[in-house]
Amino acid sequence: MFRRAISAVATVVFTFLWTAPPTRAGATMDAVLARGELVCGINTGFIGFSYPNERGEWKGLDVDLCRGLAAALFGDPNKVRFVPLTPSTRFTAVTSGEVDVLFRNSTETMLRDVTLGLRAITPYFYDGHSFMVAASSGINKAVELDGATICLLQGTTNEQITADFFRRHNLSFTPVVFERSEQARDALKAGRCDSFGSDAGNLAAVRLSMEDPSAWKILDERLSKEPYGPFVRRGDDEWYDVVRWYVNALFQAEESGITAANVEEIAATTNDADLRRLLGVTPELGKALKLDPKWVVNAIKAVGNYGEIFERNLGRDSPLGLSRGLNEQWTKGGLIYALPMR
Amino acid sequence: MAPPPSEDTATLAAESRFATEWTVKKRLAASLTWLRENLFYSWPSTAITLALCYVVARIGLALVDWAFANAVWLVPSGAGGADTSACRAPEAGACWAIVAEKYRFILFGTYPYEQHWRPALCILIFAALYAATTWRRMWGRTLALTWVVGAIAIGLLMWGGIGGLPLIPTERWGGLAITLILATFGLVSAFPLAILVALGRRSRLPAIRVLCVVYVEFIRGVPLISLLFMASVVLPLFLPDGMTLDKLLRAQIAITLFAAAYLAEVVRGGLQAIPKGQYEAADALGLSYWQKMGLIILPQALRIVIAPLVNTFIAIVKDTSLVLVIGLFDLLGAGKMSAMEPAWQGFAIEAFLFCGLIYFVICFTMSRFSQRLEVDLRASGNR
Repeated sequence: MFRRAISAVATVVFTFLWTAPPTRAGATMDAVLARGELVCGINTGFIGFSYPNERGEWKGLDVDLCRGLAAALFGDPNKVRFVPLTPSTRFTAVTSGEVDVLFRNSTETMLRDVTLGLRAITPYFYDGHSFMVAASSGINKAVELDGATICLLQGTTNEQITADFFRRHNLSFTPVVFERSEQARDALKAGRCDSFGSDAGNLAAVRLSMEDPSAWKILDERLSKEPYGPFVRRGDDEWYDVVRWYVNALFQAEESGITAANVEEIAATTNDADLRRLLGVTPELGKALKLDPKWVVNAIKAVGNYGEIFERNLGRDSPLGLSRGLNEQWTKGGLIYALPMR
Repeated sequence: MAPPPSEDTATLAAESRFATEWTVKKRLAASLTWLRENLFYSWPSTAITLALCYVVARIGLALVDWAFANAVWLVPSGAGGADTSACRAPEAGACWAIVAEKYRFILFGTYPYEQHWRPALCILIFAALYAATTWRRMWGRTLALTWVVGAIAIGLLMWGGIGGLPLIPTERWGGLAITLILATFGLVSAFPLAILVALGRRSRLPAIRVLCVVYVEFIRGVPLISLLFMASVVLPLFLPDGMTLDKLLRAQIAITLFAAAYLAEVVRGGLQAIPKGQYEAADALGLSYWQKMGLIILPQALRIVIAPLVNTFIAIVKDTSLVLVIGLFDLLGAGKMSAMEPAWQGFAIEAFLFCGLIYFVICFTMSRFSQRLEVDLRASGNR
C-alpha cells in the first residue's frame, strides 16, 4: 500500500518533470512579438561562440545568430536578450519557456530531439574530434600519427574516439591523459606529446593560448560528429519554421553571394526570381512565415551571411583561424546546404 | 619659546640614549644566540638552513620577477581589440594588462557599459552599509532603517526603470555587484530565519520541532550546488506555463535557505551554552517567551557564537561563487569569463588572482571585525 503510494507520487512528479507544458502553434511567435524582444539562450562562455568583450557585450557565432534572428523578426539586431546557460540548465530553459530559442553549441542527437520536449533544427556548425600538431612536424593526416604520443583529456569521448581510430587503422599510439586543457597544452608545448586530441573548437582555443599560435596546426580531419544546431520547444511548428528557415536563409545568402555590404544593392537591382523572393522584392517567403518581407535583408544587413559570420568569429578574420572544413558550402565540398527557398 | 635645555635634561637624554643603545645591543645578542641555538647549531643544521634560505630566495625572486619586474601592465588596444603579443613574449611575466583592460567587466559583468556607474554606486552603498554596521553606536532601530533604505536604493539603482534610468534585467547583472547582493541579502535574510529555526528546534511543540529538524537536516544533507540546480532547473518546470521566476531571485532563495540552516545550528550551539539558571530566572521574572529570548537568552547566546557565526558568514560569501553553475556571473565567474575572449586566451591566472585579492579583502575584513567585536563585547559585558 505504502509502496504503491510512493510510486504513484513518483509517477506524478516524473510526468511533471519530463513532459513539456502544452503549447499552441504560434504561441512563441506571438509572445516574442508582444514582448518586443527575442530571448536567446547562449553558452556561459565558449571561445568563438559566445563570450563577453571588455565592455560586457556578447560576441561570437552563436551570439551573431541570435542577433540576426532578432533582426529578421524586428528589423533591429539589438532587440535580443541573452540568457547564458550551463550544460545542465540549457534544455530546461527551452522547455520551460525561459528562452525562445537555444543557440548554444549543443550537439543534435536523436534522443535529445525526440525525448526532451525539444526540436532540433538545421545544424549550423559541424564540430568534431581532431588533432593539433606542431606546424613544423609536417603531419597533415591523422594516419600519419602512427606511434605518436597523444595528449588527451580524462573522461572525454575523445579518449575513446582516438583509441577506436588507431585500432581501426591498425596503428599504435601512446596516450598521455590530463585532467585540464591547460595541462595538456603545457605538455604539448614541452614536447611531452606529439599531438593533442580534442574537439576542433577547443583545440582552436588552446592554440590561441600558445606563445606563437602559427607554430601549431589543427588537422582538417574530423573523427567524430558533433553537429551544433539551434533548439526550440516542441509543439510550436510556426516558431520552429521561423528559426529553421532563418538559418537556411543565411546559408542560401552565402551560396548566392549576398553579403552585408551588397544586400541592399542586389535587392534593388536583381532580376533573378529566386533572389527577388529571398530578398523580399516579391513578398511570398516573408508572408509564409508571417514576417516582414524584408526579413532576410534585415538579418543579412545586421550580421552578414553564414560565411561572413563564420569567418568573423571562428575563421580567418578571427584570431582562432579555424578552416571552414565541413562548414564550407556544399559547392566547395562542405556540408552547408541550403534547401531551395521557393 | 622652549626653555634652553638644562644640564639635567641633557644628562637625562644621554642616559636614555645609552639605555636604548644598551637594549638594542642586548636584543641583538639575544637574537644571535637564538639563531645560533636554533639554525646554526651544527654543521648539518647550518647546511640545511643555508639550503632552505637559497630555495626561499630563489622562489621569492622568481615570484617578484613574474609579478613585478617582467610583468606586462598595459597593452595597446586597437579597433580590432587588444593586442596581447607583449604578454605572449617568452620573457614576459604576469599579464596584469588583463586586469587593466577587463576590471570593469570583472566588477560589473555584462551590465551595460554606459550604466556602470550604477553598480559602482551600489558597491559603495554596500561598503557604507558595512561601515555603518561596524559602528556600534548605530546599533538598533537606526541601523535597521539604514539597511532598509540602502537595500531599496540598491534595488532601484540596479533595476532602474524609473527616474530616467533604463530598466536593466537581472540577466545582465554581474561581477562583484552580484557577489555582494547574493552574499549580503542572503545573510541578512538568513540570520533572522536561522534564529527562528534554532528556537524552533528547541521548542516544546512537536510539530514545530520536527519541521525545523527536517528543514535543517535536509538542507545540510545536500550540497549547495544541488540546491541551486533544484532552484534553477526543477522549479521552473513546476511553475505554470509562461510564468518564470527570475533566475537571480531563485539563486538568492537557495542561498538564503542554505545559509539559514547552517546558521541555525550555530545559534543553537549558543542557546545550549546558556546555563539553565538563566532560563529559570527569566521565567521567575514572569517574562513571556519572546521577552525571555529577546532580552535574556539571545543576547548572551549570540555573543558566545560570534566566532562560528562569522566563520559561517565567510564560508557563505565564498560559496556564492557556485552560482556560476546556473549561468550567473558573480565575481569569480566574471573573472573566468574575462579570459574567454580570443585575444586574452591563457591569462586566466592573473584575472583569478585579482578576484582572489577582492575575496581576501572582503573575508579578512569580516574576520578582523569579528575579532574586534568579541573584544568589545567582552569588555562591555559579563562573563
